[in-house]
Amino acid sequence: MSDNKPGFETLSIHAGASPDPVTGARMTPIYQTTSYVFDDVDHAASLFNLQLPGFIYSRLTNPTVSVLEERMATLEGGRGATATASGHAAQIMALFALMSPGDDFVTSNKLYGGSINQFGHAIKKFGWNATFVDPDEPDNFRRAIGPKTKAIFLENLANPGGVVVDLEPVATIAHEAGIPLIVDNTLATPYLCRPIEFGADLIVHSTTKFLSGNGTAVGGVVIDSGKFDWLQNDKFPSLSQPEPGYHGLTFAETFGDLSFTLYSHAVTLRDLGPSQSPFNAWLTLLGIETLPLRIERQVANALVVAQWLENHPAIDWVSHAGLDSSPYRTLARKYLPKGAGAVFTFGLKGGYEAGVKLVEGVELVSHLANIGDTRSLILHPASTTHRQLTEEQLIAAGAGPDVVRLSIGIESVEDVIADLDQALAL
Amino acid sequence: MMDGTPPTIEHKDYSDAYIRNILGEVRTIAMVGSSTNWNRPSFFAMKYLQQKGFRIIPVNPTAHGQSILGEPVFKSLADIQDKIDMVDVFRKSEECVAYAEEAVRVGAKVLWLQLGVRNDDAARLAEAAGLRVVMNRCPKIEYARLHGELSWNGINSGVISSKRRKI
Repeated sequence: MSDNKPGFETLSIHAGASPDPVTGARMTPIYQTTSYVFDDVDHAASLFNLQLPGFIYSRLTNPTVSVLEERMATLEGGRGATATASGHAAQIMALFALMSPGDDFVTSNKLYGGSINQFGHAIKKFGWNATFVDPDEPDNFRRAIGPKTKAIFLENLANPGGVVVDLEPVATIAHEAGIPLIVDNTLATPYLCRPIEFGADLIVHSTTKFLSGNGTAVGGVVIDSGKFDWLQNDKFPSLSQPEPGYHGLTFAETFGDLSFTLYSHAVTLRDLGPSQSPFNAWLTLLGIETLPLRIERQVANALVVAQWLENHPAIDWVSHAGLDSSPYRTLARKYLPKGAGAVFTFGLKGGYEAGVKLVEGVELVSHLANIGDTRSLILHPASTTHRQLTEEQLIAAGAGPDVVRLSIGIESVEDVIADLDQALAL
Repeated sequence: MMDGTPPTIEHKDYSDAYIRNILGEVRTIAMVGSSTNWNRPSFFAMKYLQQKGFRIIPVNPTAHGQSILGEPVFKSLADIQDKIDMVDVFRKSEECVAYAEEAVRVGAKVLWLQLGVRNDDAARLAEAAGLRVVMNRCPKIEYARLHGELSWNGINSGVISSKRRKI
């Protein structure tokens, strides 16, 4: 193509996916293969020493997975991407290049419940610590930054829904402290928001959600903007100092704005091993081709359902940043002009018991722990995904006992409303 | 610089066509700051570009008399007898005006400053003499990007095409 910048819809189908150079196969083939032959010993040595691009072993790189990576890097406006086995693995990968034992990061407390667990407990086994702050006041991030703080982490459109974080001032706070801003963009997808344009440095996704879109493949990805200068201070020795695992090669010096992505493949995937399977990458690529169409419809349907719920007598409140009643409406207009997502929460006047009754009473909407599917999904976080959290954490995460989460799909929206209506009447 | 002539192009985002034309036209590249150390970027950039059919002439006064990847190392650009299409500089930014002057003198068509190297005075000087200039880029990375090899590591190549890529 010419040097004209292709549109998002074009990139969703074409980015990273030229026809196969040997067979001409148009849709990306599934390279269900573990290892790749070397031309000779010198070729092998050049590959192992990162001196030559090429495939060695699919734990590091795979031709199908790399198409997904380039597609996501392109859609987010980043320099490079690294796919992982899950969204949770993507979070560990984003942090792994930045953190050493004894380091910490500051994170929004409005996160997916599984992330609160990962950051609150699991990462302590690596000697890492997370400080949780309320993201509604951006200065809370600044106040929590200490000498060993290596990143700020947040969900820009937060799970279980309705909360929008003011990205730009948080990015400024991170950069003034010489640390990167990591944004989980799972709920918005790059179709609704491209956080790099607002100053984010690293993006993580659970590709399991809207990107694959059909509830078929678990996966994750980390996208690097390529804009953060890892050599500006001594906080990030993995990238700015000689790497003992590669004969003293210094990633940031040798690879410039590719360094985070190459480190993630050559060190993080090599040594931790959470690579994405080629088949899952292929399913996700198939999903991404229709991402703009699906999101457009899901966002429209979700707003209709949210407005209907707001007027339902059994409903106490609805938290959807596209509603005029939302305190996040102004932020949503700025950061999510095409729609405030398809996942949101509402509160039942009948509390915990009413929540249980509703999720058990639906017949079209599916009661399960996922979001971003073509099917509409319902969940009562307090009794499922957020069950491990304390009462205080539940409230902070927007997942109190009365809260129900919806992820609206692409069904006929009147059928979704009819189903919710009958279940609310039970 | 010098006479206040503005750079002929904005040295921020180079178009693919600009880079592709340069890499398609040049055959002989003098590499200033070549290293004899196999694990330095200049060494494996040279090795890679040799494999892609470029002739690389290493320049490094401290390694003069040795050879790198089969090519004798020259003390300076002026000592090279062969025609040089492009001068590729692996040196500090502040030294680059001198290399730009030398590149003009030896009749190079392109002055290329490596990743992390940028000197706007050097660029204006070279451009005023009719050279094309690239700064803060690596020819190995750009070649690999435009030929789809960089994509294998998940890098955004910026290339959208319904044609088979050449391998």
